[in-house]
Amino acid sequence: MDSTLRLIATNPLDHLARTVEALLVVASSPLSVAELTEATEDDPERVETALGLLRERFSERRSGIVLEEVASGFAFRASREASAACARLFERPIERGLSQAALETLAVVAYLGPCSRPEVARIRGVAADSAVASLVERGLISEAGRESGPGGAVRYRTTPLFERVFGLESLAALPRLDDLGADSEQIRERLLEVASARAS
Amino acid sequence: MASLRTVPQTPARELDLDLEAFEGPFDLLLTLLLREELEPGEIDIAAIVLAFVERLAERDEIDLEACGEFLVLVSALLELKARLLFPDEAAELDALEPEEAAEELARRLAEYRRMKEAAVWLAERLAGERDRWFRLGPAPLALQPERRLAPQDPNALVTALRALAVPPPAVSLSHLALRFPPVSQFLERFRALLSRRRVFDFDGEVAGLSRVEQAVAFLALLELRKGGEIALSQGAPFAPIRISRIDDERTTTWTARSA
Repeated sequence: MDSTLRLIATNPLDHLARTVEALLVVASSPLSVAELTEATEDDPERVETALGLLRERFSERRSGIVLEEVASGFAFRASREASAACARLFERPIERGLSQAALETLAVVAYLGPCSRPEVARIRGVAADSAVASLVERGLISEAGRESGPGGAVRYRTTPLFERVFGLESLAALPRLDDLGADSEQIRERLLEVASARAS
Repeated sequence: MASLRTVPQTPARELDLDLEAFEGPFDLLLTLLLREELEPGEIDIAAIVLAFVERLAERDEIDLEACGEFLVLVSALLELKARLLFPDEAAELDALEPEEAAEELARRLAEYRRMKEAAVWLAERLAGERDRWFRLGPAPLALQPERRLAPQDPNALVTALRALAVPPPAVSLSHLALRFPPVSQFLERFRALLSRRRVFDFDGEVAGLSRVEQAVAFLALLELRKGGEIALSQGAPFAPIRISRIDDERTTTWTARSA
């Protein structure tokens, strides 16, 4: 029987890609290019190229594990086609029972953070103590110093876990605040409209 | 029973109010407040809320649009009223013209509305990411940040270690030498004295003793007084304490007479 001659082309970055893959398997939170570069003692550009290779290899419908760019880093997650099986075996304690008040508080902290509870309460019009405590407990926000001056209130900002849970590459992936809701001019006109209608 | 279906075009401003400081529709109240013709401090906001809740109870339906509008307006009124409690905040508000106040109110309402929209966006995003699963929980291996030390001088290390090798100064145990003489010692001493003298001064007898000995001597004094062996007198606060012997016969006589 004739043996078939095969040409096996190996990518020079394969070794680095395997090392990066190993690091990402061990890590439980996203790793940045800088962290991967430091761990592999390699060049940042080569690490990014290796990540590109891995993204092809670990992508939806090609693998049960998917490499995604999230929370200013790279991390593995389960493929979406396996989500039903995952849901049968695991829970989602972080987002379970996330109230409307907590979501609004989270939005304020994500856009305006670091900010304090009084600042959140000023915008929402109600006390934010309970919502803030719940978000801290879930790990979606964390303390980030205090306001200046004596007795300054504790300030909060969102955590990398927040970006990961919401599937954001970074906070910059949030929609622009100006694009959300009615502008102040519209509301002002409505207020004055109500006032003038009564005055006349 | 109220049903949770939305009914459009039933604005909260139609609410009729009958308050102590104001009587009329809600939108008129809003107008007067915006024009600063009415003090927010005079308005009973709880009564407004009660009126609105009563109106909701009368109807057989809940207008979510009106409820939302009402909540936003009442929240703004509450904030205005609360700010009056703080002088600086009040000064800030006083500085605002009616137009500016309306502008400020509108700006805050817009700010809140944007955050509300952002919360809706987050909720939708979360719902869209429900099929994304990733590892959670404690890290099997925490990141080990590399500790970069500056170049070290071995001699500096030797100096530092040498400082640690110096024996520590001896710890003083003088306080452990404090001894309390027994009370009985002073009891015997005072009884012997009383057998010779009928009256003596405490201060004179304990002069030259340490503070601890003086304190124990005083305890012995109290013991004798408790047993009815002596009488104590002092002319004035901090004056010498005079101790006098009480004879058994006298005591008996006095007791008998008293009885």
